[in-house]
Amino acid sequence: MHFQLTDDQSALKAGVRELLEGRFGRERLRAAVEAPRLDRALWRELGDAGFFALRLPEADGGVGLGLPEAVLAFEEAGRVLLTGPLVATHLAAGEVAGAATGEAVVTAAYGGLVEWMEQADVVRGDVAGARGVTAAGGAAAAEARASVASVASAEPMESLDPLTPLHRVRGSGGSYGSVDPLAVLLTAAEQLGTAARTCELAVQHARTREQFGQPIGAFQAVKHLCAQMLVRVEMARVAVYAAAVTADPLDIASARLFADQAAVRGARDCLQVHGGMGFTWESDVHLYLKRAWVRTQRAGSATQSEEGLAAELVAGTA
Amino acid sequence: MDLTHTPEEEEFRARLREWLAKMLPSLPAKPSPDDWPGRRAYDLGWQRMLHDAGYAGLHWPVDAGGQGATPTQHLIFLEETEKAGAPYVGANFVGLLHAGPTIAAEGTPEQRARWLPPVLRGEEVWCQGFSEPDAGSDLAALRTRAWRDGDDYVVSGSKIWTSHAEVADWCELLVRTDATAPKHRGISWLAMPMDAPGVTVRPLRTLAGSAEFAEVFLDEVRVPVANRVGAENDGWRVTMVTLSFERGTAFVGEVVACRRVLGELARTARKNGRWDDPALRRRLGTLNAEFRTLWRLTQWNVSESERTGGVPGAGGSVFKLRYSHARQELYDAAAEVLGPDALDQGREWTLDRLSSLSYTIAAGTSQIQHNIVAERILGLPKGR
Repeated sequence: MHFQLTDDQSALKAGVRELLEGRFGRERLRAAVEAPRLDRALWRELGDAGFFALRLPEADGGVGLGLPEAVLAFEEAGRVLLTGPLVATHLAAGEVAGAATGEAVVTAAYGGLVEWMEQADVVRGDVAGARGVTAAGGAAAAEARASVASVASAEPMESLDPLTPLHRVRGSGGSYGSVDPLAVLLTAAEQLGTAARTCELAVQHARTREQFGQPIGAFQAVKHLCAQMLVRVEMARVAVYAAAVTADPLDIASARLFADQAAVRGARDCLQVHGGMGFTWESDVHLYLKRAWVRTQRAGSATQSEEGLAAELVAGTA
Repeated sequence: MDLTHTPEEEEFRARLREWLAKMLPSLPAKPSPDDWPGRRAYDLGWQRMLHDAGYAGLHWPVDAGGQGATPTQHLIFLEETEKAGAPYVGANFVGLLHAGPTIAAEGTPEQRARWLPPVLRGEEVWCQGFSEPDAGSDLAALRTRAWRDGDDYVVSGSKIWTSHAEVADWCELLVRTDATAPKHRGISWLAMPMDAPGVTVRPLRTLAGSAEFAEVFLDEVRVPVANRVGAENDGWRVTMVTLSFERGTAFVGEVVACRRVLGELARTARKNGRWDDPALRRRLGTLNAEFRTLWRLTQWNVSESERTGGVPGAGGSVFKLRYSHARQELYDAAAEVLGPDALDQGREWTLDRLSSLSYTIAAGTSQIQHNIVAERILGLPKGR
């Protein structure tokens, strides 16, 4: 048992961080808030870097890595609030032509919502009865899909998150998203990255902002808030990493609960530590919180995870 | 990242399981919580069984009389013994998890030879004389004095919250040997025999009704200078070695036990109809995630200490904070499952609920742990 990152995994994580910080740093993030358009050039760069084809076998043109590596990459994406339907496109690699290389932008209907619908090439899922099949590269042709053009019933929302355009779709919104545990896990990985980043931002601020003649981080009230953020991040981290190793549905359910909590509460506490500044549009904190809220609605619900974990107890296999 | 075990580790597990299945039925009945001599005899008896089978001091270094097992093997040991319902360390807690590892790390060859074998063989019990009435969380503010008189220290003062004091043979005692030095610098670590003249033990009754620990009064107690572990006035550093052991490994078996209790809770709720309440189901489901993840955190920390080869670090605080809270949540949920029966002190879960209240206080309060996380991991400034 060596439940720690291997050297290769650490190197991969560092490499993805470097790529994303170079291509989607803070200035790029703030520019995206002003003009929330999907950056197709960046999408193809991600494709070239293997972000979408990470888990495809090398024989199929992929990178041939596993779920743990994908989780580390998505953690880094969550850290910088990388925009676009990353999870849906990653999961479409090998099934939807062009997804693996970043030439096609693929989104999916999750729980009655579709992210980035107007700018995507393909929408996956049973969307209000419209079952279109776009050019599929894999064997999943039987799976319900709708081409963007056929999703006539979708209504645009005024999305809470300025960096995630949302459409509401009628009906159940499709069962595709709610039953795919990999979508849950990769989303949890993004939440983990967001949680870790907001903890860092809060600590940075607490170390430098002075009140009453000393850094506010010297006050226990602030110190304990930051410590609790880190504890939640570390719990989320081991839950997400363990789920990536085992791919067990209940490990994934645990990961979801901890990652959602770490990201949402982490962003709120980060806002609190920033005080009045945290409540402004200019501060980035609200972007982390809003994205974390969006992700809590993706691919099933916390209730579903909790019920699954409860059922295990009665089954006596815990 | 890997969560599978090697064939050697699985073989170790299989052998241990077989041994536990054979030996556990021969154990005598568990003594009542108030029967201290009975508890001592029971806990030492179990330790002797472990010793005879070659499992004593499993994770201790070989040159300290241990088995030199890897942290992963130790984890398997704790997991399997708990699953099989074997006794917990009990009265051997301080000897095996605090004093022993400290003497192994900091003691002279003579000290190791004198004190370690009786702990491993289940012959001597240790207690911990750290806390004082005016020095709990502020441990370094302790006032128990020791001054040199020939080859002895003469010790006067008092200690409190001393578990197992009534049946202990030895006490790992922190004393002030230099009253003029800054408070962290004038402390020494002594091994004090509990039968020395001048030692008085007075049991303290807890809110659970039992005498779980005691106050210890020291009136000019003579302790040989040769019983000092580490240099004079270097006791604080020696103590930090002890405390990192305490936070790193002390609760591993309990996490496994909590998962078992959770399963029992769910099955009880199923029988008494409370399982139909979705709010209760969700609460238990969340606790399942909590203890599953605490187990993952344990595996993570153990793998890390295996990699670094050092004593457990400040990450133990993260575990302790979350675990102590989760344990209290578990028994609050148990009360919801039990309904009015939760007010019956005769119920096992009711006593567990009461005793869980100490977890956010003992071994460093949650508030102190938050400070440790904030200052040592996050690098926030010291202050108030």
